[in-house]
Amino acid sequence: MYVAVKGGEQAIDAAHQWLAERRRGPKETGELSVSQIRSQMRLAVDRVMTEGSLYDPELAALALKQASGDVVEAVFLVRAYRNTLPRFLYTCPLDTRTMTIQRRISAAYKDVPGGQVLGPTYDYTHRLLDFTLMANGDAPQGPEPATEPLEACPRVLEMLNREGLIEGPDGQTEQSPGNQDPEPGDITRDPLSYPADRSVRLQALARGDEGFLLALGYSTQRGYGRNHPFAGEIRYGQAAVEIAPEELGFPVVIGDIEITECDMINQFGGNQTEAPRFTRGYGLGFGQSERKVMAMALVDRALRARELGEELSTPAQDEEFVLSHCDNLDSSGFVSHLKLPHYVDFQSELVLLRQLRREFQQRSEQRSPSSGQVSSESKQESEA
Amino acid sequence: MSIDNTASLSTEVAARQHWMSVLARADEDGLEQHLKAVGRPDYRHLRAPEIGLAMVRGRTGGTGNPFNLGETTLTRCVIELATGTRGFGYVQGRSRRHAELAAVFDALLQDNAGLQTTVIEPLHNEWLAARRAESCKAAATRVNFMTMVRGE
Repeated sequence: MYVAVKGGEQAIDAAHQWLAERRRGPKETGELSVSQIRSQMRLAVDRVMTEGSLYDPELAALALKQASGDVVEAVFLVRAYRNTLPRFLYTCPLDTRTMTIQRRISAAYKDVPGGQVLGPTYDYTHRLLDFTLMANGDAPQGPEPATEPLEACPRVLEMLNREGLIEGPDGQTEQSPGNQDPEPGDITRDPLSYPADRSVRLQALARGDEGFLLALGYSTQRGYGRNHPFAGEIRYGQAAVEIAPEELGFPVVIGDIEITECDMINQFGGNQTEAPRFTRGYGLGFGQSERKVMAMALVDRALRARELGEELSTPAQDEEFVLSHCDNLDSSGFVSHLKLPHYVDFQSELVLLRQLRREFQQRSEQRSPSSGQVSSESKQESEA
Repeated sequence: MSIDNTASLSTEVAARQHWMSVLARADEDGLEQHLKAVGRPDYRHLRAPEIGLAMVRGRTGGTGNPFNLGETTLTRCVIELATGTRGFGYVQGRSRRHAELAAVFDALLQDNAGLQTTVIEPLHNEWLAARRAESCKAAATRVNFMTMVRGE
């Protein structure tokens, strides 16, 4: 039975007023602008876009400001906003081969055409707190630009693919006839069901929580589903977004978005019918989201265990476990709901518990003359 | 769309695809200035600027089967000039004005090819220059490996 309880409006209003005051902080310090967050907290913005599953840096920055920097709360705000907008269409698939590269590295080959391009990275920084950032300094200049732009950076895995040393991008899945793209699943339209095909898994992983996927990816490296990964290629830069509206009848570019992608190279021992060759895992995310897409690629590969005939024994290989728990909107929602009043639920638990204890008491009292026997019986039980 | 002359149609389409991409990538203030220069034409909205979403697709492994990555904001607008020419604007993001300006220029360019040289070329060159500058900066972070010869 539900009993409606009213009350708390004033307390809630007051709590939200205090929250707004706390968000702003002391008046003596300057207020953060959304454009400052967008440009100076850009990696947080990128994470909110990726997990909020909406590319719009300004909205993600606003969400971070509103959420006082709580990334999961900001993701919630972005997802909620997204629900207020109509979906016009699906874009043409991004062509990441032609993306403008800002960073591109391969841990598999030293000399790749186009080279190893570090871009704006935290790698190789000393991780020592830089106290000069506490002083108001001038905006630092970037590096002296090279005289020539980057050469073309062909995909590293395509070179391996030409030699037949690695599977194709879709693994064991047959290419659909006539080069017609199969229609991918869409978890924003149809709820997840299992077994999930790879397009659905990739969509769920792309919006999945970075921490959760990072932990799972890490677990595969530590032996829970070993598949010996190499970072075949990581690319970060801008890709053109094309749409093909029906009313036009031809595709047009609507702008460029920043993306990061990771091609992971993994081992595969081969079987009766197939020679050994490398397998792949793939990660793709909005903005500069390198840790996320690496974790995604590791988990994507782990989730292909069934397709590759590998033994299913670890959490990262269990698609229902991974996909049902990777979304931080779902998980934080369900955990947070525990804070909501459960007064009546709890009262009924109390009533039940009291009754059980009364019955236990009565049973003990009935057997009380032979209480010694009870304890020796239960001892025998536990030994058996 | 009838396809009587595929070759000329495809050049026409290619030219339009090009200017629409330039208009979508241009910044709003730049477009505003160009509109001031060519003079604001009479037009009406067939579809008022509207903000919505497009689901962005990627491909497995970059080149394989498509999957849904996540959405982007997108603003669209359709206008009709007094001449009856229709212009379409589709721009990433949430600027209604940008979508409207793109639609107006799309219509103007269909009536007046001369605008390609006065509006599209300069905007395109600006975009190319910015891209090149970024790429030169990236090239400055390219690793030059040196082989260390071990002493004998």
